[in-house]
Amino acid sequence: MSDRKTLQVQKISGHPGPVPGAGTQRQEQVCKLIDTTTCIGCKACEVACVEWNDMPFQPTMFDNTYQTMPDTNWNYWNLIKFNEVSNEDGSFQWLMRKHQCMHCADPGCLAACPADGAIVQYENGIVDFEEENCIGCQFCVSGCPFNVPKFNQSTKKVYKCTLCSDRVGQGLEPACIKACPTGCLHFGTKTDMLVLANTRAKQLQDHAGFKDAGVYDPQTIGGTSVIYVLHDANNPEKYGGLPKNPRIPLAFTLWKSWFKPIGLVASMMAFAGVILHYVTEGPRRIQPQPPVKEIDGGAARKEN
Amino acid sequence: MATSAQRLGHKDHFINRIGLTVVYAGELLRHRAYTRFLHWMYGIFFFLALVSGFGIYMPWIFRWFTPLFGGGAMTRLLHPWFGLGFVFFFGLQVLNWAMEMKWGPADTRWMHELKDYVTNRNQVEPPDVGFFNAGQKLQFWEIVVGCIAYVITGVIMWFPEVFGRWPIAVSYVIHDISALIMLAGIFVHIYLSTIGEPGTMQAMTRGTVSEAWAWTHHPAWYKKVTGRDPRQALEEARRSPTATFPPGPR
Repeated sequence: MSDRKTLQVQKISGHPGPVPGAGTQRQEQVCKLIDTTTCIGCKACEVACVEWNDMPFQPTMFDNTYQTMPDTNWNYWNLIKFNEVSNEDGSFQWLMRKHQCMHCADPGCLAACPADGAIVQYENGIVDFEEENCIGCQFCVSGCPFNVPKFNQSTKKVYKCTLCSDRVGQGLEPACIKACPTGCLHFGTKTDMLVLANTRAKQLQDHAGFKDAGVYDPQTIGGTSVIYVLHDANNPEKYGGLPKNPRIPLAFTLWKSWFKPIGLVASMMAFAGVILHYVTEGPRRIQPQPPVKEIDGGAARKEN
Repeated sequence: MATSAQRLGHKDHFINRIGLTVVYAGELLRHRAYTRFLHWMYGIFFFLALVSGFGIYMPWIFRWFTPLFGGGAMTRLLHPWFGLGFVFFFGLQVLNWAMEMKWGPADTRWMHELKDYVTNRNQVEPPDVGFFNAGQKLQFWEIVVGCIAYVITGVIMWFPEVFGRWPIAVSYVIHDISALIMLAGIFVHIYLSTIGEPGTMQAMTRGTVSEAWAWTHHPAWYKKVTGRDPRQALEEARRSPTATFPPGPR
């Protein structure tokens, strides 16, 4: 794969030992900034995504909204979610949010994945699936707080947005960024995008009357490589189920990394135990046994 | 000579006519062919499920298990079927053994004397130990509970699109715990049926045990099938002028 040559890997799922080549090359953390306040819902990004990744087209589904289909799919990684929200003060908002993989710094999918090399995180922050190593267990679906990985029933593999790692590796921006006509999508280093996002949020607060405007970069998963500017950062849920505090299930963090090895050692203690029993107590033999040989007037064997 | 067919009280059941068990002089019928068949069937499926499961459980140690099944994806595909095979055959064994495995006051007493059993303080089991002792019954019911947990959590993880995110995370942990308990159990099971209690293995291969094995390890069962007092039989063997210590492995 072309991106392998230019993107350095920092994390590999289910991998024994260190990550080969880690830290050999300094790479900036990349970031996609989505300004939901300037999105017009044109879906150019959706089309660009399908085109660049050369995916078979998915039949659309009318669901009483402008949304192309209810949810993303294994071959439809980028979806603008349309949400009609009535606020308490009687005002009404039509919120559009481009939904795709968030490329978490602490990826739940990668933590959950049991297949060596099926999920990798590059030094630049992109989380990528390597389908040839995927075993189709779908634990990543359970590990993801954003419901992003999608399973293909016929190939038995899971697919998701790659943040166009193939383009980024060659110094290009992701296809969705390229297609956006309003400048609502930005791409650059995480530092730059955060500055840009905070500036825009401040502008919304000061000049547009959105007092709760802010940046969505959830720290519960170490931040993300896709960040949003929201009109109301206190209620990300109203943008089509964006969780306020996304979490990875403890099963894939605490249990998998700590209790699994401890549990295995504890189980193997049974093996050690039976060996120890054989050596110290000896087997339970069929009775009667031949008389015990006497040495120096005492039994050679422990008399119980 | 009593047989396990008589024990179960339905001698003419077709299952009892499957297979052949040759009982030589000085031996007792322990497990008929059907029971042995079930045991080895779920034994095979247990190890297939165990090995394929541990390839997924901790790939950074057990990644060399998955190529045995044709790679990671194939291991993932086969593991649920191995598990179902295990549960199916073990389920038949549950029907076969449910009566024998009923817990009684003798079993509670046995558990209180567990220390004496482990340290070999009592070289002969207490006289009220029947066809199975309390340890065997405990492991049996642990596997029953474990199988129920396996099936419920396994099906949830098999069809994640139906059950959603959090049930799978919970199932993942329960499935693992059940596997760890059974992994510990299999070591004890193999040990006690081979080198830990010599003369036991043949019960699951040829289907018979020596009478001496029976009066040593399952006195009440010995009494039931032979009508003789196990302690008396032991003393007679001990005093026997021909000094015939029990046949078979020591």
